[in-house]
Amino acid sequence: MLSVQDTNTPVTFSPELLSKFADVVSRYPAGKQKSALLPILHLVQAGFGWTSIPAMDKVAEYLDIQPIEVYEVASFYTMYFLKPQGKYMLEVCRTGPCEIVGATPIMEHIEKTLGVPEGDVTPDGLFSWRGVECLAACGFGPVLQIGPEYTFYENLTTESVDKLIGDLRQKVNN
Amino acid sequence: MARKLLLEHINVPGINTFDVYRSKGGYAAVEKALKTLTPDEVVEEVKKSGLRGRGGAGFPTGMKWSFLAKPEGVERYLVCNADESEPGTFKDRYLMTHIPHLLIEGMIVASFALGAKTSYIYVRGEMMPQIRILEKAIAEAKAKGFLGKNILGTDYSLELYVQPGGGAYICGEETALLESLEGKRGNPRIKPPFPAIAGLYGCPTVVNNVESIAAVVPIINEGGDEYAKLGIGRSTGTKLISAGGNLRKPGVYEIDLGLPAEEFLYSDEYCGGIANGKRLKAVVAGGSSVPILPASLFLKTINNEPRLMSYESLADGGFVSGTMMGSGGFIAYDEDQCIVRNTWNFARFYHHESCGQCSPCREGTGWMEKVLHRLEYGHGKMSDMDLLIDVSKKIEGNTICPLGDAAAWPVASAIRHFRDEFEWHVTNPSAALSGNYGIAHYADPLPKLEVATS
Repeated sequence: MLSVQDTNTPVTFSPELLSKFADVVSRYPAGKQKSALLPILHLVQAGFGWTSIPAMDKVAEYLDIQPIEVYEVASFYTMYFLKPQGKYMLEVCRTGPCEIVGATPIMEHIEKTLGVPEGDVTPDGLFSWRGVECLAACGFGPVLQIGPEYTFYENLTTESVDKLIGDLRQKVNN
Repeated sequence: MARKLLLEHINVPGINTFDVYRSKGGYAAVEKALKTLTPDEVVEEVKKSGLRGRGGAGFPTGMKWSFLAKPEGVERYLVCNADESEPGTFKDRYLMTHIPHLLIEGMIVASFALGAKTSYIYVRGEMMPQIRILEKAIAEAKAKGFLGKNILGTDYSLELYVQPGGGAYICGEETALLESLEGKRGNPRIKPPFPAIAGLYGCPTVVNNVESIAAVVPIINEGGDEYAKLGIGRSTGTKLISAGGNLRKPGVYEIDLGLPAEEFLYSDEYCGGIANGKRLKAVVAGGSSVPILPASLFLKTINNEPRLMSYESLADGGFVSGTMMGSGGFIAYDEDQCIVRNTWNFARFYHHESCGQCSPCREGTGWMEKVLHRLEYGHGKMSDMDLLIDVSKKIEGNTICPLGDAAAWPVASAIRHFRDEFEWHVTNPSAALSGNYGIAHYADPLPKLEVATS
């Protein structure tokens, strides 16, 4: 896991990643390759855990656009992490419909269980958490999601959250 | 039981695969449209159906299609808006998860009607599982000859792609969505020009919601006139309602427009009433942006007529005593819910999601959030309610896109209908955060004042 200080670490895109980039770019008319920016940033984040400045510079070079065009997009959309996160980022929906069925107690429980405040990474680098806005699962709240696959966990209780965190810990240890 | 047009086969095992979907009559609309109808005839059927945009605005879909400019030698695009983010709404996610081919089929027919050779489905980024599902469905349809070059041996060819968003509510606004699809920040564009003239890459473009596109399938299969027989008045057809909040049976329900609101809320076929034996306090009928109504006004209009689940009946009484159909994001609040807390929660949402382009929205949403926060946490003043109304009036109508209005309406309506609950937060500061004003005279039957201060 990179730390914030390591933002100058050079980034290399693997041939597999580059072929995924090329596949994305092929979806748009010639000269409109900038359309690939959001999907490519998702691929970068899935591969590296976050979108660092060197990675964004390489994306700009790949798409033949200015670095600022990448930065402004990565900082506008909430899904892109501009600093490293835990291996598992627990994103809990905190908006109205989830709130009235108990999102706040779930977030308090996660904070207590992981022992780190919103946005921080646990010392073992495994977990971070934050409240996010509506995830369009309002009938099954409270809900949380975990990237990069964005698996949903619905109808959360403190017990199911404990089990989820335990299972993820075990997955890493095995 | 009402007829289902979109969700009829939703419980068939394997309906997410091409073969099962096809065996249930799937892709018949593509065959009918491409082989027996001209593009203009498809547009005509959709016009006859009276279908209104299911994303929230309720603008007639057929009319939107007929506005599309068709200059010679210029590409045209169809973009499906699957950036479902309106709090309370989860119908599009449900539809894409369980019956993705319905959307693909609708996209093919609609693209054919509009003369689009390339179409995109813009899905909100958090829905990665749904993106995978749609990509698999597209690959299946392509392998069977329903997408790609010369579909079903006709001279119509279409490429269909899925585009992930980046987690921004504003990209559900159609011009912000197009900006995002072009790889930019989701800042809404000034209209005109409308997307029908200059949309994606400056080309004529139609943007439609997932449910609108899906509804094109039964419209073509059965004819626009048949579809228009369902529903009531200008609210034709069926509508998906995402029911959430304190309900006994939350979920996605397909209703005939015109269903009595009381039946939808209390009957076992739909929401099954309020969870845990509690009573209904308030309802947000169409997603967080629409005015919140106290139970008494939701179930009956101001003229004491039963409220129906239709565009017209929900809007009966205007913003004084009515609300809007919106996207069909139905949120029920039980007697223990705090309206001030909920209003603060929504204000925080809009502040977070404001793109920051227009000052009234960027600054106003932030101030509304701050004032509501202090009310909820027991530091409010009696003048705060008028201050909030004042701020909301200065946002409403003064922004490029409707996010400003969407942020202003829930605050203004909450104060209009629940002012005594806001005042209670000022006069009972120590109880404001932990206690609850109760359901007072908002619920049906009325009136009964209950002030719980635990």
